[in-house]
Amino acid sequence: MNAEIDVREIVLPGDLQDPGLKPGDWTYEENGKVYATRVGVKSVKSGYVNITPLEGRYIPKVGDRVIGVITEAMPSSWLVDINSPYPALLHVNEIEKKVEFGNTASFLNAGDSALMEVSSVDEVRKVQVSMRGEGLRRMDGGQVVEASPTRVPRIIGRKGSMISILKETTNCRIFIGQNGRIWVDGEDEDIAKATLTIKKIEAEAHTIGLTERVKTYLKGLYDK
Amino acid sequence: MGLLKELRPILRGFMINKEGDIMSKEDDIVSTEEKTVRLLDDNLKRMDGRKLDELGDIRIEAGALGRADGSCYLEWRGNKVYAAVYGPREVHPRHLQDPTRGILRCRYNMAAFSVGDRKRPGPDRRSVELSKVMGEAIGSVVFTRQFPRTSVDVFVEVVQADAGTRCAGLTAASVALADAGIPMRGLIASCAAGKIEGHIALDLRNEEDNFGDADLPVAIMPRTDEILLLQMDGHLTEEEFFQALDMAMKACHEIEQIEKQALLKKYKEALGGEE
Repeated sequence: MNAEIDVREIVLPGDLQDPGLKPGDWTYEENGKVYATRVGVKSVKSGYVNITPLEGRYIPKVGDRVIGVITEAMPSSWLVDINSPYPALLHVNEIEKKVEFGNTASFLNAGDSALMEVSSVDEVRKVQVSMRGEGLRRMDGGQVVEASPTRVPRIIGRKGSMISILKETTNCRIFIGQNGRIWVDGEDEDIAKATLTIKKIEAEAHTIGLTERVKTYLKGLYDK
Repeated sequence: MGLLKELRPILRGFMINKEGDIMSKEDDIVSTEEKTVRLLDDNLKRMDGRKLDELGDIRIEAGALGRADGSCYLEWRGNKVYAAVYGPREVHPRHLQDPTRGILRCRYNMAAFSVGDRKRPGPDRRSVELSKVMGEAIGSVVFTRQFPRTSVDVFVEVVQADAGTRCAGLTAASVALADAGIPMRGLIASCAAGKIEGHIALDLRNEEDNFGDADLPVAIMPRTDEILLLQMDGHLTEEEFFQALDMAMKACHEIEQIEKQALLKKYKEALGGEE
């Protein structure tokens, strides 16, 4: 069955892009020609070539929702690991609850995870995160599945198509962090099936017709 | 050719003179004319049957190591090399951090068992030099300004050596960097050329390197033919030098194709189907 799967066009660093196109994401221009800079899938949109990377670490962007793990509780802030080369800072003012100075550990302690939003990234990539906003909260229960951050758009799907299939079929509550951490909560059996499906999407992110295949895959898991 | 095969085991470090006596390498330097073991036969074929401008067999596997962000395993004649790339990640020690750009660090290391006689483990003068020149070659193709305050660490481990390990290492590192998703201007390919018994030859093997006249490792970015590394051991005339450089650069283009196939293969294999 796998033999017929179509693979989207994969580009490698230094690959020349079609003439006449303007350089978009993860490309660069040299002597009027456009080249890819990373391993990825090529797409053309309004005259620009964009490369959707297939490999690489998470680079924080303002507005991204991520799952952070507290690494240290400081007197008026927390240091957060957001699965990126840059650690993030969460200030007590950035949470909804009131926390006394020096008592941060009572709300979030080292090792706790929470859903948060990247609120600022400056020019030297100092990152600040916030927990003010709808749905942002400390996570109690559930499981976190780690996937490659580059596969996140595929796991969400176009307009959330993939993730809604996953949520409906497995009956799980799922939250996808842009940093590749995916929180899944539900019955143990369902969590296991959701995890398997996420891993499948991750491995086949560069193929065409993946949504349909995931549908049949999930059906197969539940029909057993 | 038959004689050569018999003698091959002895060739590691020893030569045989006309009378059939074994002499050490040092003796040989004084009396080159005396040697009967030849690196080339009458048809200009080499010890392993290759032609002068023929590249050895190369096999590359992208993503061979699970723990690294990007990796590669490469076999090139008798060379076996692993390359692992980590990062971009936080720099330790912190004072090396650069707020304007990422830093690139490279470590070349040979395993104790990678050569005939045990190699004393740890960095020595040779491997420190190779780490430096390889790191500089890689640094000139990576867009370090896109990830300030971080480091990309490249580790090249030679598991088995058969001359040309810096070229094998750089080629492997290039595939590992691409596999790690590090933004680059292009892939790197590297190959050596040299001179044996008065003829320019491509991709010298161990014996040819030891008893030959010159070795010229070259690394380029095949997309632009930009030279990233160029070293020379031995003597070449100007004409020979350009002939060797040309030969090595041509081979680098071949090697780039093998690198590309290896990277693409990883995604075909992810589907579990053959081909």
